[in-house]
This record gives sequence, structure tokens and C-alpha cells, in this order.
Amino acid sequence: MAIRINGSDVAVPDDARVSLLDLLREGLHLTGTKVGCNQGACGACTVLIDGQRVLSCLTLAAQADGRSVTTIEGLGSGSDLHPLQVAFIEHDGFQCGYCTPGQICAAAAMLREVEAGIPSYVTADLAAERLTLSREEVRERMSGNLCRCGAHNGIVEAILRVAAEHAA
Amino acid sequence: MSKTQNAIISSVRTVMGWVPAQWLPGGTPDPLIERRAAIGRQASRLDGPLKVAGEARFAAEVAMDRLCYAALVHSPVTRGRITRLDTGAAETAPGVILVMTHRTMPRIGTLPLIGITDLSAVGNSSIPIMLDAEIRYNGQVVAAVVAETQEQADHAASLIEIDYAIDAARTRFQDARPDARTPASLLMDKNHVSIGNAERELKRAPHRVDNMYRTPAQNHNAIELHAVTAAWEGDSLVLHDATQMIAPSAAALAKLFGLKREQVRVLSPFVGGGFGGKGLWDHQIVAIAAARLAGRPLRLMLSREGVYRMIGGRSPSEQRVAIGADAEGRFTALLHTGYSVMPPYGACPEPYTLGTRALYGARSFEIMQRHLDLDIVPNTFMRAPGEAIGSFAVESAIDELAHAMGVDPIALRLRNLPERHPISGAPFSQHALGQAYAEGAKRFGWDRRHAEPGTVREGEWRIGMGCATGSFPYARMPGANVRITLRGDGTAVIACSAQEMGMGTATVQAQHAADRLGLPLEAISVELGDSALPAAPMAGGSSQTASIAGAIAAAATKLAGELLRLAGNDSPIAGLRAGEVQLVEEGIASIADPTRRESYRSILARAAREAIAVTAAGSAPLEFLKFAMHSSSAIFCELRVSAVTGEVRVDRLLGSFDCGTILNPKTAASQFRGGMIMGLGLALMEETLFDERSGRIMNPSLADYHIPAHLDVPEIDVIWTGIPDPRSPLGARGIGEIGITGVAAAVANAVFNATGKRIRDLPITLDKLL
Ligand code: FES
Ligand code: FES
Repeated sequence: MAIRINGSDVAVPDDARVSLLDLLREGLHLTGTKVGCNQGACGACTVLIDGQRVLSCLTLAAQADGRSVTTIEGLGSGSDLHPLQVAFIEHDGFQCGYCTPGQICAAAAMLREVEAGIPSYVTADLAAERLTLSREEVRERMSGNLCRCGAHNGIVEAILRVAAEHAA
Repeated sequence: MSKTQNAIISSVRTVMGWVPAQWLPGGTPDPLIERRAAIGRQASRLDGPLKVAGEARFAAEVAMDRLCYAALVHSPVTRGRITRLDTGAAETAPGVILVMTHRTMPRIGTLPLIGITDLSAVGNSSIPIMLDAEIRYNGQVVAAVVAETQEQADHAASLIEIDYAIDAARTRFQDARPDARTPASLLMDKNHVSIGNAERELKRAPHRVDNMYRTPAQNHNAIELHAVTAAWEGDSLVLHDATQMIAPSAAALAKLFGLKREQVRVLSPFVGGGFGGKGLWDHQIVAIAAARLAGRPLRLMLSREGVYRMIGGRSPSEQRVAIGADAEGRFTALLHTGYSVMPPYGACPEPYTLGTRALYGARSFEIMQRHLDLDIVPNTFMRAPGEAIGSFAVESAIDELAHAMGVDPIALRLRNLPERHPISGAPFSQHALGQAYAEGAKRFGWDRRHAEPGTVREGEWRIGMGCATGSFPYARMPGANVRITLRGDGTAVIACSAQEMGMGTATVQAQHAADRLGLPLEAISVELGDSALPAAPMAGGSSQTASIAGAIAAAATKLAGELLRLAGNDSPIAGLRAGEVQLVEEGIASIADPTRRESYRSILARAAREAIAVTAAGSAPLEFLKFAMHSSSAIFCELRVSAVTGEVRVDRLLGSFDCGTILNPKTAASQFRGGMIMGLGLALMEETLFDERSGRIMNPSLADYHIPAHLDVPEIDVIWTGIPDPRSPLGARGIGEIGITGVAAAVANAVFNATGKRIRDLPITLDKLL
């Protein structure tokens, strides 16, 4: 019984009520994952499980058993930042910074969803071979991550920039 | 806020009117307005790398040995008394350390309420905190459970049984009107303004509008929940708090718990958004008391529902705005009156008429606010208190008048711009709203707007444009202290207890200090967020930047004096006095003869000093008593309204701001946009719903209280005049709040232009457009 978190194995907690979010923050002091509602409404707690974005507040730690969890700390830190982290700084994609780790984790998974051709509510051509990542697509796909400081424009800009560099 | 206060402030203002401008702070413009290098640059946030990596530590993220966790129980009744309280099951539940109720809460006093005379008075409510069995509002905290883990605390809290005797409560806005109170003053201003006979002028006016506007209650909804980690070390208290009032909280808590000021340390290096909501409320006090009883460090993070239940938001309002105009469109009467909520145990009026006093000239004025007393969680200040919703009413009314007269709404506004402050007659320090409108209109393409509503269609969509004025007063707070430490290696540290909630305070003040001290930006570090540092005022009223800037300027002057003294007689600058030198190019130089100079390194090396430190307070902020100092903006909006569903989509939003010098274009643009996005929420979706029968909030979650999400937010264009204010430090005025003002009216006016429907009741939800 173990969860792989940022590359290290962690035991599943004894108390079955413990959410993945609380395991990360309180059990492991991985406080980069944030909490804004504890009920699936804000996206601040977004982490990656096997590369897919997941709300860790709605996930029991036990459900992550045997799976691989990546948090913001595992995405990049110090001098080894993920391109999204760099772009968020460059484009001022945050103010208070509290929603930021969730936005960045969500964006990382979202770019892979687009690459895999998964359509969204605003995708005009569902039959298209390749999705084009418009501003509208990014806005729709990131709408599960709330930001109260109003850094939306910078966030979208940062994501588009990274997507463009990746495509180039 | 009393009659005496009115008298004092008005007599100070009168005296200020006689004092020559040169004698006041800001009497001669700040020399840095002309000479800047780092200021005005697009510097990225200094704390960016920490924040994007999840390494910035917020209040609930401090690790501690033997930490325990608390959960709160809130009253589900609105008024009454606890008649039975059974904590037995909770106390014996696994992991529970203690249960605290009014029976066991340590006896403490009550907090002095927020005021403008005592800066350590920061209470939002004068209701005793868990000290008796009385219930005064729905959601009031009645018990706290402390346990080894959060799960255990949450479960045990659900086991507490409480019976209440229920009393009748005042919960209906309309029912409270007959007993409304009329306060003598609103913050620093007299409440009732009556110039000429506005009702008579209104009746006689060839053109007039006279309508009621309604705005709902709202909550701040910072994404970070309110949280504290409290640790007693003997008789000293360390509090890691999410707060926008660090030093004032420390002072207030010391008084409340009978400690010396040095025995309380409040740390808050990062705050996950405040917007007025992160002040001192009941939860910090309950957490501190429970930590004391438990004898262990304790963490309390409110649930999202808990934030709604016990942290007040913006008051609802009902406003009458009436405007009379002559044949040329000059205002002959401007009336703005209304009701908002402020229970007698609360501290924060919603001053929605303050902006109206400063923006437009009129032959007669009638302005007055009344407060309603309801049994609710005390409301508090929320981003641009007053102006955010007052501007909705007034700027909608002007649009209505323009439409009735068949004139362009911008032209109508410009025709009524005053030369001086319309009420006090004080000169404006700097005011270029006309320029902001001209530049904004050009960039937005206002000339493409069709004046006739409902004429532009694209499929199911009706398209419209609207504009409105935003405004917010300048403020600088007294009591801002800063320490500058200049080191022998040519670096400097700026330290004060100011707060960083995302405004970019550290970044901007580092830029400022670099220019003020003549050092490269990389040589400056900034320490904030700790009450052990020299005390700074709370972050509020968009005043923090100017307040700290004033203190840095004062400390730099003092530093020049110290350096002169230290340099002694063997220096090229020997014999010069503080007024004759400036700090430039990593040293100190004569203003008259810049070749007479010595570097900091050389002065410190010769004196064999590793560093020198000076602490100074900013000068008394008298400038805004003599001058009318206001920022203003022109907001433009283009949107679509579905003829089928009534859905509103905002396609374009532009803000053209007149706010003095812009210190960092990158972080400033973000501040403006952030305010404007909250303005979109105010316009289109935000509403705290009270069940008026029970006084209980019905939508205490982010699923049911809607704030703008990514798809709701268009690309927002932001421009500014950038004209320095000659009366403020750096020529800057605060920009944290003005962004939200004017937006709701610009949206409502665009909705009218698109559909011909005038919505005077926020938020503009689709049901109102069908
Ligand atoms: S904390 Fe998980 S969605 Fe808000
Ligand atoms: S940056 Fe503060 S909530 Fe997004």
C-alpha cells in the first residue's frame, strides 16, 4: 500500500477519512498544493495523478493508492522551474499567488488533453484532426480554476506562450 | 464617527486651507518624480519564483511540533440564547483534546472597533466573543473543538448538541427602514451634504432622472481561507495569520489578552488575497484562547462556509439618485441618498455617496446615507467600499439622463467636470479625467457605438457598448515606519511590517528604494510581514504604497544626515548639510557640485562600520486635507446579450486610468485588471443570498456564490495618463481599489445599449433580461 508522490513512496494513512489534499499538506508538509474550498469548487488543490488533473480535496488519499501523484513541488522548483512556472512569472499570471500552483498543475495537464485531441465545450470542429489552442479554448478549459485576484489575462497569456513554444 | 469628529476634521481642513502649500508634505514635488531609473520599469515580482513553485508559506502552512487542530461550531439560529449545551460525546471522541464553549472560554474584553482615531483599533464587531450564551447573528461561533487531527476535530464538532431559545430577529432590509439611523459622519466626511435646494431645482429642471438602484450583499472570497497558526511560548504569543493588518492586530491582541506589545508577534509574509476581508475577526481570538487552554500550538482554518458565516462582506444597498440638468446639460441638482446595513455592533459603514461628492459639479446637492440595523454578521469593507456600488448608481443615472437628452454620455460627463472639489472647494492636486476619457474613447472605438439601443444584432446576439466613470480617493496613513539598513557591501535592506497580499508591495518598494538611495535594484532587499519590524499601518484604502513610500523618503533623508556625520571632516562632502546633498550612484553627493561625492562603501569602510541603520516615520499625511486628491478612470465595455437566453457575454473591457505616476507597469496593470474583473462579478453574478425569513446565508460556497471564471473574463485593455501627482510621494496615488469602480455601470449601460433594457438591480442575471 503506497502512493508515489513526486517520485517517493508514501504510506497510505490509517485514517480512511484523510483526503489526498490533507495528506499532502498536513501529513507531508507539501503545502504547495492549496485549499480554497475543500469541496471541489475552486481548483486550488489541483494535482496530477498519473498525469491527469485531479482535485485533491475530493480524492481520498486511499484512492491514490498505487498511483503516481505530482504536485507543484514535483513539477519544478528553485533553478529548475517548469516552462509554465517561468511563463507565469514573465506574464504576471498571479498576484497573491494562492491559486497559482493549482492553475499551473491544471495547465500542464490541460495542454496534454489538447494534444490528445480531447474537445471542449467551445471546440467548434469536433471532427478536426488537430485542435488549435485558441484563447477561447484555454479560457474554457481553465475555468475550473478560480482566481480572485483577477490574474486571468496573465494566466491565459502564459499558457498560450508555453503552448506556442512547445509547438515550435 | 461623531459630530465632534466632524467639527475637528472640518476645522483642521479650514486651517490647512490657510497654510501655504510649500509648508506641507508634498508642498514641493518629490524630486524622484523627475529622476527615476527603477521606478516605472516592468520588473517581475520579486516573490514570483517562490509563488510559482509553491514555496511561499501562507499562514496555515507553518510546520510546528505538537500542533493540534481546531474546528468551529456556528449558530444555526439568528437571535436567541443557548439553553442546553452537551459536549460530552465530543469530549470523549477519539483524539479530542478539549472543547471550548462560553463556559470555558478565558474571560477577555472586547476589541475596540475600527476607527480613524486609534490605529490599533481593528475590531469588526463589539459582540463578546464566546463569552456568554447570547446569539446575535446566524453563524456566530458557539464552540470550538481541539483535536490531534483535523478529521478528528471536524467529526467531534458534529457531536456537540445545542438547544436554543429563539427570539425574534430583524432580518428584512425593508422592515428595518423605519428605524434607520442617520450617522453624523462617514469615515472622514460629514454625512449630510445639503447645498442649495436640490429637490426644488430637480422639479424645475428641464431634464431630469430620478430612480432607485439596488445592490446586493457580497463576500470577498479570497481564495485562501482565513487561517491562523497560534503558538504560546510561555506568556508570549506567536501568531501566523492571514491578515492585512499585521502591526495593528498585534497591538490589539496584546491589549485583549493583557500582554505587553513585545509579547505578541504576528507574522504574515504572504496573504492569499484580502480585499478587505482579512482583518481581525472572532476566529483568531478563539484560536489563541484555545491554544492557551490546550497548552499546544494550534491551527485553525475556517471552512469556506465558515468564512461566509463569520466574516462579514459588503452591505446591500438601496440608493436613490436623481439628477436635474439645464438645457445645455449642466447639472442643476444632484441627489444621492439611500440605505445600507450597519448593525450597531459593527464598525464599517458602506460609504456609497463619497464618490458623488467629488466627481461632478452641480448647482445644488442633497446627499445623505442612512444605516439599517439588522441581526447579521457585521459587514465590513470590501474592495472600494462605497465607490464600487455608489458609482453603479450615479453612473447609470448619468447614462439615463444622456439617453433622455439625446446627448453622448461622455460629452455629458465632461460638461460637468468641476474645476475644484464641488463640495469643499479645495483645489485638485492633479485631475485629468477628461484626458482619460479622450484616450480611452479613441482606443476603444467609442465612435462606432450606435446611440439608439437595440440596433446592433448578430444572430441571436444583441450587441452594445457602454461607459462609466470610476473614482477613488487618495489616502496616506499616519504611523508608517521604515528601517533602512545600508551595508558596507553596498546593499540595503528595507524593513517594515507591511503586508503582501498580491499587490506587489515588496517589488515596487524595492524599485522605489533603489531610486531613492541611488542603488541598483539587485542591491535592495525588502522584509515585510512581521510585527517585529518597524510598524506599518494596515493595508486598506489603497494607501499602503504611498504610506510606505513616504516613510522610505523620510528614512532616506535621515540616512543622508547619518552618512554626513559618519563621513566626518576627511570627506569630499565634509561641511555639507542634509538639505544640500542627494543620494545618487551608490553614494552621497552635493546637489550644487556633483563632483563632491563619496560612495557608501567608502564612508562605511573609513568609519569601520559593517552597516548603518535608520528608522523613520513618514510625515503626517496633511496633503489630502488641503488638496482634493482623487484618482479617476473611464471604463468602456462592449458585450453581447442573447435574445434567446438573456445570457450576457462581455467581449471587450477597457480601463483608462488617471492615478498619478505608475510605479511598475506590469504589476499595476494586474492590479487594475484584478479590480475590473471583480467589477464584472459585481455587475453580472455576485450576490450573497440571505434568507430574509431566517437571516441565514443560503449560498455559502464557491459553487453557489459565483465569481468570474476564466471564460467570463475577456482580454482587458488598460491604459493610463501617468501624470504625476505633485502632492504625493513619487507622484503616485493608490491603485488597488479604483479598478472595480465604474465597471458595473459600464456593463449596465452597455446592456441598455444592446437591449434597451435598463437594469437598476445588481447583479444583471439573465432572468432580468428575458
Ligand atoms: S480546495 Fe479543492 S477544489 Fe477548492
Ligand atoms: S493570484 Fe490570488 S487568487 Fe489567483
